[in-house]
Amino acid sequence: MNDAPKNYVNPYLAGLLLGLVLFGAFFIAGRGLGASGAMMRVTAEAAHVAAPAAVEGSDYLSRYIGGDGLLGDWLFLEVLGVMLGALLSATLGRRLKLEVLKGPRIGTAARLLLAFAGGGLFGFGARLARGCTSGMALTGGATLALGSMVGMMFIFGGAYGLAWFLRKEWI
Amino acid sequence: MEGIGCDFIGPLAKCGAFSSQTGLFMAFLLGVGFGWILEMGGLGNAKKLAAQFYFRDLTVFKVMFTAIVTAMLLMLAAGGLGWLDLSLVYLNPTYLWPQIVGGLVLGAGFIVGGYCPGTSVVASVSGKIDAWVFLGGALFGMLVFGVVHPVLEPLYEAGLMEGKPTVASFLGVRPGLVALGMTVVAVAGFVGAEWAERRFGKGPVQP
Repeated sequence: MNDAPKNYVNPYLAGLLLGLVLFGAFFIAGRGLGASGAMMRVTAEAAHVAAPAAVEGSDYLSRYIGGDGLLGDWLFLEVLGVMLGALLSATLGRRLKLEVLKGPRIGTAARLLLAFAGGGLFGFGARLARGCTSGMALTGGATLALGSMVGMMFIFGGAYGLAWFLRKEWI
Repeated sequence: MEGIGCDFIGPLAKCGAFSSQTGLFMAFLLGVGFGWILEMGGLGNAKKLAAQFYFRDLTVFKVMFTAIVTAMLLMLAAGGLGWLDLSLVYLNPTYLWPQIVGGLVLGAGFIVGGYCPGTSVVASVSGKIDAWVFLGGALFGMLVFGVVHPVLEPLYEAGLMEGKPTVASFLGVRPGLVALGMTVVAVAGFVGAEWAERRFGKGPVQP
């Protein structure tokens, strides 16, 4: 009987705890949290296996290979931690479920196509802006970095501006 | 940077408190906390993330701004008490144009894809198939950026403001004043968010 998923926690409580973890990162490591930087490392290392000469010859991609390898990369280990933390929380909350999340008015194939397109835009934009919602908006916001605060406004401005056109995907 | 002997206690890693191996383990632990909180708050759910853009469920705004204000105030306090050397905490550089254009592209990716990179990782491990596809798209988009970078280099480097300005240094006011302003704006935003959810929402999106 009692196998229904548990509800999500109060957002202000989650925010307070997230703020403590973010401050913990500043205090312990002297840097904030991130996500897209680790993905860039994975992309560049994978591309390096497939096309070593091309990646080594690329001024941009070559910045994200080598070093101490993926397991010596701060952000990559942080993201591995994110995976474990999310898995533990989803398991304890009985929210582990194979599903495609979408609004009621869109088919699965269309939703997955849009998920790929949105991911592509996010991946591209995160490299252009030098950070994503974690590395730019959250971390940059807490340190009051000027460009990050401007970028954060344009993230939300862009999304709110386009929301009407994508209403059939979500509501 | 390591072992330079700070006048402050932190940042611990930069004041030589532990080895870089331990630092990587700390990164993993901080990540566990980050992922745990995002999942538990519902930020690994594309329907909840997208609902904010229709003013139905403003959880993302509440979580993000509570976190930003909490971390910001703790940073200021720790700096003021001499516990944390704020000059050793990494500050994002400002390149205005790529951050504006990139921000708009990120916004488009957010509403089209339903996730951002961090939340897509969280959603992926809890079984959301759309998040796997989003992640694949994000890795592809990054590769595309890497390939076209030479063409975009002028935009990527445009609008650099030297010296890593903050909102406070840009306005020429004390950080505490900006922090007070941010806190007031956040609280006003929370009041507005609660109102909007009552007006447009049907209760928070649940699993």
